[in-house]
Amino acid sequence: MLHIKCPHCGMRSQNEFSYGGDASVKRPELNKEISDQDWDNFVYNRKSLRGKHIEFWQHLSGCRQWIKVERDTATHEIFKTLKANEDF
Amino acid sequence: MKQNFRLDNIGLINRDKKLSFKFNGKSYSGYEGDTLASALLANGVHLIGRSFKYHRPRGFFGAGVDEPYAIVQLYRNNETEPNVKSTEQELFEGLEATSVNCWPSVNFDIGAINNFLKVFLPAGFYYKTFMWPKSFWYKFYEPIIRKAAGLGVASIKHDKERYEHKYEYCDLLIAGSGPSGLASAYAAAKNGARIILAEDKPRFGGTLLTSEVNIGNQTGKEWVKNIIAELKKMPNVTVKNRSQVFGYYDHNMLVMLEKISDHLPKTRKYHPKQRLWYIRAKEVLISSGSIERPLVFGNNDTPGVMLSSAAKEYLKVYGVLVGKKPLIFTNNDSGYEAAIEFKKNGVEPVILDTRKEPNSEIIEEAKNLGIQIKFSYVVVAAKGYKKVNAAEIAKISDNKNELGVLENIICDCICVSGFWTPTIHLASQSGNKTKFDKDIDAFVPGISKQNETTLGAANGTFTLAETLKDSFNAGYELSKKITKNDNKISYPKVVEKNKTTHDKFWCVPLPKGKTYKRFLDFQNDVAVSDIEIALKEGYRSIEHVKRYTTLGMATDQGKTSNLNGLQLVSNIENKIVPEVGHTTFRPPYTPVTIGAIVGREVGKYSRPTRKSPIHSWHEKNNAVFVDAGVWLRPRYYKIGEETLFEGSKREAKNVRANVGVCDVTTLGKIDIKGPDAAELLNRVYTNAWLKLPVGKARYGVMLREDGIVMDDGTTTRISENHYHMTTTTAQAANVLSHLEYYLQLVWPELNVNVVSSTEQWAGAAIAGPKSRDLLQKLFPNIDSSNDGLPFMGYLEGELFGVQARIFRISFSGELAYEVNVNSDNGNFMWEKIMEIGKEFEIQPYGTEALSTLRIEMGHVAGSELDGRTISYDNGLEGLISKKKDFIGKRSLNRKAFIAEDRQKVVGVVPLDKKTSIPEGSHLVKDAYAQLPNPKLGYISASCWSVEHDNPFSLAILKDGKNMIGQKLFVMSPLKNITIPVEIVSSHYVDPKGERVRS
Repeated sequence: MLHIKCPHCGMRSQNEFSYGGDASVKRPELNKEISDQDWDNFVYNRKSLRGKHIEFWQHLSGCRQWIKVERDTATHEIFKTLKANEDF
Repeated sequence: MKQNFRLDNIGLINRDKKLSFKFNGKSYSGYEGDTLASALLANGVHLIGRSFKYHRPRGFFGAGVDEPYAIVQLYRNNETEPNVKSTEQELFEGLEATSVNCWPSVNFDIGAINNFLKVFLPAGFYYKTFMWPKSFWYKFYEPIIRKAAGLGVASIKHDKERYEHKYEYCDLLIAGSGPSGLASAYAAAKNGARIILAEDKPRFGGTLLTSEVNIGNQTGKEWVKNIIAELKKMPNVTVKNRSQVFGYYDHNMLVMLEKISDHLPKTRKYHPKQRLWYIRAKEVLISSGSIERPLVFGNNDTPGVMLSSAAKEYLKVYGVLVGKKPLIFTNNDSGYEAAIEFKKNGVEPVILDTRKEPNSEIIEEAKNLGIQIKFSYVVVAAKGYKKVNAAEIAKISDNKNELGVLENIICDCICVSGFWTPTIHLASQSGNKTKFDKDIDAFVPGISKQNETTLGAANGTFTLAETLKDSFNAGYELSKKITKNDNKISYPKVVEKNKTTHDKFWCVPLPKGKTYKRFLDFQNDVAVSDIEIALKEGYRSIEHVKRYTTLGMATDQGKTSNLNGLQLVSNIENKIVPEVGHTTFRPPYTPVTIGAIVGREVGKYSRPTRKSPIHSWHEKNNAVFVDAGVWLRPRYYKIGEETLFEGSKREAKNVRANVGVCDVTTLGKIDIKGPDAAELLNRVYTNAWLKLPVGKARYGVMLREDGIVMDDGTTTRISENHYHMTTTTAQAANVLSHLEYYLQLVWPELNVNVVSSTEQWAGAAIAGPKSRDLLQKLFPNIDSSNDGLPFMGYLEGELFGVQARIFRISFSGELAYEVNVNSDNGNFMWEKIMEIGKEFEIQPYGTEALSTLRIEMGHVAGSELDGRTISYDNGLEGLISKKKDFIGKRSLNRKAFIAEDRQKVVGVVPLDKKTSIPEGSHLVKDAYAQLPNPKLGYISASCWSVEHDNPFSLAILKDGKNMIGQKLFVMSPLKNITIPVEIVSSHYVDPKGERVRS
């Protein structure tokens, strides 16, 4: 079980969190023209990285904040966690 | 019965407390502090089971967790547990155990015929032989093999024992209480660290209990006693015996099994049987010691052949002689320790040492005691079938290839020592890259990945002085890092006998013309010849050799056999062991009961049960409950002997005719506040929200980004910047997370707050033509006329002094209202509604009637919004705004979503108007078409229409919009039913929706 440092609450067990996918994906702006390909890339296409991965987690059973986590997908090492409005 | 092999003046058992027990139906006695194994050995019982494949007699090989053979079926307090290691099971009064894997009895086992057929049962035998003809496997081979092979029998009864889980944090977790564990624990504890010291055995001390050493001015045993006593008094220390740290997981989380009651005849009241600890440690010290390696020779599985360290432990801890004419066979100094203990207790051992001229203090001591030692000698084969009665021995040449003349020597046990294998399981599980240490011919931990340090014998350090020095230092340094304290204690002087190097020789060659089986894995009957065959047949990877031969795959997981297997492969392949590599060490280190893993989360405790504040009223009024997510909801209120069908029909009819009331507390509710609340709704719902006036509700549908419908519900504008959103019961949590995701990550500029208010409100839906009359009586001060409170209107009122929210919304399709009060007043509200509703013939209705009402109205719900359908499929395309963008909109022009013959919800009525249609059935054009019969759609929900008094279903049907009036067939291959049906509009009752607006 991972140990994730919530930037708001501190070190907590993984079972308080839920995974929220790749944090490098940015939702296209509303009301803006976008090609089919770009939209498909946003909705479906994800890289299955081995190594460092920046991802969203929500501290569901805690502060309910969505946070950013930099994790190694092969070793589970967590390098850094940030608040939603912070950037790596 | 007298314990013929028990000595009077040695051991740590409690001779004042005699215990009686039964093995295979026969009564024996032992003492408190015995294991089942030591008690049986005290009674001279060496035959305990049969081996897995050849059904050869099996005795005791070890004295603890490494034991490969001596597993039993245990009976305790009317329960039974399979494959319990008798070397770990502590004796209690009335213990009963039987052998496993023998039939009809351990003394006469029919399966032993396999032993004589063993030339036909080589490695991979099952794979090769029973594959043809294929159908024979299921009918013939498998049932017979299942009966012949296999170990104990699992109980099929419900396990009434209680198992607990515990979560703990500490600075240092120390796994193992031998010399390194105790020393590091003591040093760390004295330096202020919060520590947990875990020992899998009942007694602390590990090898210090059996070795002849002095620490300071105390014996090893005394030192253990004093250190443990002092540790137990310290507030920062948790000391646990009978506790096995069996798994090392990510981010320094370890799992430990504490056996609280297994050593007692019966679990005490309010105590669990076992407790599983999840421990998050800042640092982990692995002091798990080492396990003695077997030497390999002919028939080395005969009962009476055992590890020399085990023989010593039986003697020094339990006062039990494993034999009265012991033969010690060793390639290192450890065997001498056992021999010296035998000699001191009046038994004459003979030592066979594979080495030519070794010299050390301990060998000197053995010589001085007059023990007979034969250097450059080996055991070629053990003799005897159910018990060793002699050994064939021979001199071995210096190059270890040639045996001299075979000699016979009378003995009743053979104690073997092939040097030591560090227990590196935990270190390896943590991700440590282990390395091969040529000096000890074994793997030791290398570079740590997590915060773990391995000490003592587990790290390949076999002298006490060095172990203590390292461990005191490690305990001090690691605790200093965490506590920043600097309280260093000096470590004591150690007196121990020095030892010399071991012999790398461990596998005795077969003499010419002999075909003795030389076993590596004792539980799975894997012999040297099996490994040779596997390699000859082309298996190279050690992982493949393991699976082909089953080496190390038994319940002991090869604790005594793996390294010898590796050595053999490397010898034959002419590789060095590190090139062969070892198989992966996976948790758990020892078998763990399913009960302990599951803990208290069994049956109804497997998830929380949520009840509405009106629950007790429902109970008192004969509600039959149904699980709705984690909620318990009334399915129907039973009157007399009514069935679900009859009761729900009555309730639904009463809603259509008079008025009914339904507990809708479970509906998800989200409170939304902020100046941008309308903008948020406008972005998450498919329809327009910016112009919804205060005091009005609106129905909305939200999509996922891929265009699939996520949830639906009504949202009401309570005041300018305040909205009350409802979600389905099932999706409540997901919708909240969904909103939070967009507010926090995508549109942080929106000034809105969302919070779940599901628990804050109790809700009652009042539905039926008489509901307005009832509402007027409940709220005399409001204007409940169609103008005062129109459809989708909202008012606040007072229900006999209780603040209430009144929504004119309807799920049943009837004129209906939903009243919410704060949860504490939920029951009050309900009772008032029932009391005042009496004159309008009110009846409560449950989820079954609720479903009936919504199905015949054609209102879609969870069974249609199932995560696979879009708005169009559900007839909700009218709610899609063309003017604005919203979540998921861009996906809606995908080719499949705009296809002309896209699926759509329709109504289905059986032509005979009698046959009920099973949910999940398929719709086909031709019931008699050849397979595969093209499927046009499926039945999503079924009911008995109370309005039309015939069955009615909803279906998701291909090209549904053009199928109205068509005749199709419903097929349920599972139920073997075919029903001719007609496709009708999904709005089977009041298609214009006049009632809700009346």
